[in-house]
Amino acid sequence: MRTILHSDCNNFYASVECVFSPELRGKPIAVCGDPSERHGIVLAKSDAAKKCGIKTGEAVWTARQKCPELIVVPPCGEKYVRFSHMMRDIYAEYSDHVEPFGLDESWLDVTGRDGMEIACSLRRRALKELGITLSVGVSFNKVFAKLGSDMHKPDATAVITPRNYKQKVWPMPACSLLFIGRATMHRLYAYGLNTIGDIVRADPESLHTLFGKNGDTLYAYAAGKDDAPVMPISETDDIKSVGNSTTPAFDICDYSDAGRILYLLCDSVAERMRKKHFRCRTVTLWLRDTQLQSFTRQMKLERPTDLSADLSRAALALLRESWAADRPLRSLGVQGGDLMDIRNGAQLSILPDPLASRQAVLEKTADQLHARFGAEALYRGVLLRQDHRLLRAAPDSSLAATNMAAVSGRQS
Amino acid sequence: MYLRTYVQVSAIFDENGVVTPVSISLRGKTYSIDRVLGKRPAPALKSGGQGIRYTVRIGSSETYLFLDAENRWFVEEKAADANSI
Ligand SMILES: [Mg+2]
Repeated sequence: MRTILHSDCNNFYASVECVFSPELRGKPIAVCGDPSERHGIVLAKSDAAKKCGIKTGEAVWTARQKCPELIVVPPCGEKYVRFSHMMRDIYAEYSDHVEPFGLDESWLDVTGRDGMEIACSLRRRALKELGITLSVGVSFNKVFAKLGSDMHKPDATAVITPRNYKQKVWPMPACSLLFIGRATMHRLYAYGLNTIGDIVRADPESLHTLFGKNGDTLYAYAAGKDDAPVMPISETDDIKSVGNSTTPAFDICDYSDAGRILYLLCDSVAERMRKKHFRCRTVTLWLRDTQLQSFTRQMKLERPTDLSADLSRAALALLRESWAADRPLRSLGVQGGDLMDIRNGAQLSILPDPLASRQAVLEKTADQLHARFGAEALYRGVLLRQDHRLLRAAPDSSLAATNMAAVSGRQS
Repeated sequence: MYLRTYVQVSAIFDENGVVTPVSISLRGKTYSIDRVLGKRPAPALKSGGQGIRYTVRIGSSETYLFLDAENRWFVEEKAADANSI
């Protein structure tokens, strides 16, 4: 049996702020994006603010209505990232399998050792060395460990074993299971599945009929049959960029051919970034002309992205800047660089952009269709204009090899 | 109430990169550190802040000296003491 810990820093941003400003301790405080504006939203709150009914994600002005003495603090992302790294350094002393989930949560696989003892040691060190508290769940799979870290706050350990999970986990509301979205939650309630226990007692086949693959996952999670591994630490650390390039069978002479190729390349780069949980902060365009002269242009993005729409916008802008269609091109390449692992810090791209999230849904759906039905199941309208030669052309095999190297290797 | 008071520090960097503070300068006065009694990461609970905390002995008194993430040294000082000087 495995021993998995899930460690969750309590009220992370608010707690870090209190480390630096002890006069805030015990007071209702909210860390808010852009508090000067009415539209700022609550990113994190202290326990005292929680007691006033203030919720993460709500507007500052409604929070102030609930709690007039609320102290609003602007976020300091750098500090939170530094504290998150210090926590991870501590985790790394206990296991080489540490998988972060956002800045303030991590799973650790400590199989073969005393999970309870390690949990207590982590809590002690977080308090002594960083001045923050943790809630740690100890269990035999990731899902239950996470539920354990939700049970007691702050500064507590909860142990969920094969013997006690029926009493401890099954009475919990169904929505506390990892990855249940609001829509699924409402449907579960509509069918009278209010607790995790209700899910286990339901017929797995009807769950499958109602919820498809999600139904199977729900059932497995509720029954304690989650065998997802905790990722090793080094998995993501060494990858510096994700790129793709192509040398089509014909020379590229105008913007419309070049543009279509760039769309294809960006689609594949973005799909690979999403698979690896990366977002890039820079985009590099690589061109090689028929004289085999090559050059690159790079640009910084406003916010990190894993969307083809953002990559191709940047790549097309770079193309217009660096090539006047005055000489034919042999090859084109696109690379996303300065990567961030979104399991480490996606929360910091604080204000959600509704357009970007719609685009994200669209592109993720495309990923799924490609995975199930192949690359030609769905492709861009711009590619219909001529024929399928581009689809067949990209990416070419010799360069595909270098692409793989870029994904798996350490750039020198 | 305590203040986080940044100070000038002279330190020895040994051949292994280990840093040992030797003296602290505060408002024109230099205090030599007789001994470093301990060193570990810690929050500054009184003044706020976090860093590597050195427990140092200056004469007969023990005090904490912090090195923060921006390479600045600070001590926790009672607000009254700071104002009276
Ligand atoms: Mg948390």
